[in-house]
Amino acid sequence: MRYLPLTEADRRSMLEAIGVPSVDELFRDVPEAARLSGPIEGLSNHMGELEVERALSAMAGKNLPAGSVPSFLGAGAYRHHIPATVDHLVQRGEFLTAYTPYQPEVSQGTLQVLFEFQTQVSLLTGMDVANASMYDGATACAEAVMMANRVTRRKKAVLSGGLHPHYRDTTTTDARFIGFETVVMPPAPTGGEDLLAEVDGDTSCVVVQNPDVFGHVRDYTELGKACQAKGALLIVVVTEAVSLGLLTPPGEMGADIVAAEGQSLGNALNFGGPYVGLFAVKEKLVRQMPGRLCGQTVDADGRRGFVLTLSTREQHIRREKATSNICTNSGLCALAFSIHLSLLGEEGFNRLAGINHAKAVQLADKLAGVKGVEIVNGSFFNEFTVKLPKPAAEVVEALAQRGILGGVPASRLFGGGLDDLLIVAATETNTESDMDAFATALAEVL
Amino acid sequence: MSMNNQGRPTHISGGIQNSDSAVPQTVTGNRGLQIEEPLIFEQDSAGRCGVDLPEVPAVASRLGAVKPRGKIGLPGLAEPQVVRHYTRLSQKNYAIDSGLYPLGSCTMKHNPRLNEKMARLPGFADVHPLQPESTVQGALELMAELGRWLATLTGMAAVTLAPAAGAHGEMCGIMAIRSAHDAKGDTGRTKILVPESAHGTNPATAAACGYAVEAIPATEDGRVDLGALKAKLGPDVAGLMLTNPNTCGLFERDIITIAEAVHAAGAYFYCDGANFNAIVGRVRPADLGIDVMHINLHKTFSTPHGGGGPGSGPVVFAESLAPFVPVPYVVQDKDGAFRLVEQAGDGPAFGRMKAFHGQMGMFVRALAYMMSHGADGLRQVANDAVLNANYLLARLQDVMTPSFEGPCMHECLFDDRFLKGTGVTTLDIAKALIDEGFHPMTMYFPLVVHGALLIEPTETESKASLDQFVTALRALAERAKSGDVAYFQGAPRLTPRRRLDETAAARKPVLRWTPAVEPETVAAE
Repeated sequence: MRYLPLTEADRRSMLEAIGVPSVDELFRDVPEAARLSGPIEGLSNHMGELEVERALSAMAGKNLPAGSVPSFLGAGAYRHHIPATVDHLVQRGEFLTAYTPYQPEVSQGTLQVLFEFQTQVSLLTGMDVANASMYDGATACAEAVMMANRVTRRKKAVLSGGLHPHYRDTTTTDARFIGFETVVMPPAPTGGEDLLAEVDGDTSCVVVQNPDVFGHVRDYTELGKACQAKGALLIVVVTEAVSLGLLTPPGEMGADIVAAEGQSLGNALNFGGPYVGLFAVKEKLVRQMPGRLCGQTVDADGRRGFVLTLSTREQHIRREKATSNICTNSGLCALAFSIHLSLLGEEGFNRLAGINHAKAVQLADKLAGVKGVEIVNGSFFNEFTVKLPKPAAEVVEALAQRGILGGVPASRLFGGGLDDLLIVAATETNTESDMDAFATALAEVL
Repeated sequence: MSMNNQGRPTHISGGIQNSDSAVPQTVTGNRGLQIEEPLIFEQDSAGRCGVDLPEVPAVASRLGAVKPRGKIGLPGLAEPQVVRHYTRLSQKNYAIDSGLYPLGSCTMKHNPRLNEKMARLPGFADVHPLQPESTVQGALELMAELGRWLATLTGMAAVTLAPAAGAHGEMCGIMAIRSAHDAKGDTGRTKILVPESAHGTNPATAAACGYAVEAIPATEDGRVDLGALKAKLGPDVAGLMLTNPNTCGLFERDIITIAEAVHAAGAYFYCDGANFNAIVGRVRPADLGIDVMHINLHKTFSTPHGGGGPGSGPVVFAESLAPFVPVPYVVQDKDGAFRLVEQAGDGPAFGRMKAFHGQMGMFVRALAYMMSHGADGLRQVANDAVLNANYLLARLQDVMTPSFEGPCMHECLFDDRFLKGTGVTTLDIAKALIDEGFHPMTMYFPLVVHGALLIEPTETESKASLDQFVTALRALAERAKSGDVAYFQGAPRLTPRRRLDETAAARKPVLRWTPAVEPETVAAE
């Protein structure tokens, strides 16, 4: 119990100061029937550091780290190289163990980071302003739809079939309980979809993803204009932030809200979390935004400083009238994102995006050479879909037996259907020999 | 020394002003170890890069019709500049690693580095959420084991690990309540009852889920008014959201009666588990009649708060709501293999709350903390948290005004009656505490008392650090009573920034850096 500093002597003298004979006396408001007399059964007693390390390392050892084998998994979570500096800085105790910056005079470090993060996200997405991050991309997407409903006072959202199914399900779950309608387009892995046909006077927003879940890259400029003409907002979702180094940003395509996943910068795969949701809007929507915001101001000496601001939108002030119930952000993940992007800078980020795209092109060419494999995409960034002559889930399992993580079966995301489709990603971490190994193994298992 | 208007200039200009804060101006604006650090965008030099990347392989672009983007506007810095920037920024933060952080209802306790080391094992940090299940059996086992600890500690029947934070867990719980009523065809329940002292997330969550929120007043002794509660219970009430121990730091003595009344009215009992650290190992929430409760892993089981998250808000369900657990969840097959149920299917389970399977990195940290303490240690955690809070209450009650009679649980609540007539406010006390080297307590919350000061020391503070805090706070209380208003209004003086103008920040929000307009652009216009 090395984390507990009180000695028995401390405890005795403190009880004396309080004026009670035992600590049990301090629990006297707990109903007698619910008081436990000793430790709860069925759980181990305390362990030393070595024992805990041993137990948890044993569990970790039963997993196959993606970096230990050729790995081509994407679909909303991407394996990129994280410079050592990122994790070193994130682990500084003053960042790691600080709380929400409620006392700005002693939180200028976190606050300046958030201000810089908001700027970086605005620049990347081509939007006017961004908040200080959300839980993840999927919840950011759901919040974007709720925000669109508030802004337009309309209650129907049209969701593209190219939207990541987890983002779709997160949004439709909220819709069901919060009380708005969703029109979910069927997945269209090969072709386009007529989203505009679903837009009417009740539609608050259209949600599209770029690149979409199958990897297609699209220009939504015309859709944005058409939405605007019908009084609906265009929400653009981005699950691979690195793509923003190469593609026209959503803001330039006319997006009103961008909801994105920032995991690709600075954050490890972590089996799905914690990640960092990015949320950016056009200037006119700032006061309707959910989540935390950092703003610039001056201190009593007139010097520039930063504070949390516009909190009158938030739950701790507006309670049941708040724009959302969100109370935290993903501060530390946003910090990692921000540090990684600062290291890359303009040139590095652009080049990283270029390498990602080139690797995917190389991989597509190699896989297209495998008999029975068909590349579905006409366009893509670092991820694309292949059609296989066999169910993709079986193929992936067989590849895993050969030590290759060969992509995400579409059926895993869509819960059945699209059985022959496999979603494959390449990043800067994939070598030429990884790709050759993948193509060879794929030829063997098909 | 003149203290008039200290720290409160009547007008604010952009430049550095001389104030009588007794700190001399320097040429650089630096103050010894307090270095002025410009924004990262103000350190730009085009062409610098902090990472070495290979050339882009020459391939024919497959980007389709989308045109490649132009300049983004990101600054370029070499690695040492980035390291120095963030290191300097970090030094402008107060953190639990640097001192006592007694934020009531937020729970800042020691963050063991073992947890960080475990979360970074490649077997946890470097696994993709959509790898074949056969390659992530250890990760699924960890989730199952964490779920077992949470279910055992709370006495509950089912667990979801999916919610990303406490408020997200609240939402999950309310959705389960709604699902249960819907499953019975009981659709006339439109209200959720929430005590006045609740966290702001409670009413916001209930409203976000489409419910009308009805407040329950507090009694003179800081608990839920049972009479008022019973009067509001009826066939239109879906559930009650109660925090226990509550945000006044008190245990709801009538909780079993409350649960019975709620159930008798056909409603469900949600408990906000933010304060579970006060009773972990000593009381099982299921034994109190609670149907559903979220647990903030970072509060009770110590995952670092990181300046605002990430959090993790698993939810535990009693038998009454167990069928409604959302996807995904882990099950174990007869052969011992773990499996993820990722699709809701046709059962009563409701959809999905985020992408993938929850905050895995937080799960590892929380389980490492649980295993380190064990069943015996967690009971001691609650004991010491409660002992520390009551010790502060005892040591401060003669100079400050406790809002309610003790004992308190893991936090103690004072109000500003002791400052009456002094001209010093709760905010002033907080700012003066900063100069003494302490992060202030929670101020102005809960709303049920005036000028609240809510202090939560947690179990990882030593008696010596509590004594030092008591000495400082007693001295400040005495000083306030002596009428030295100017001293308080000028605080803090020893921080990288003095009091910040929050009104100006909200009136004309500046939420990002914008490059200076280039001269040629101006000329063109």
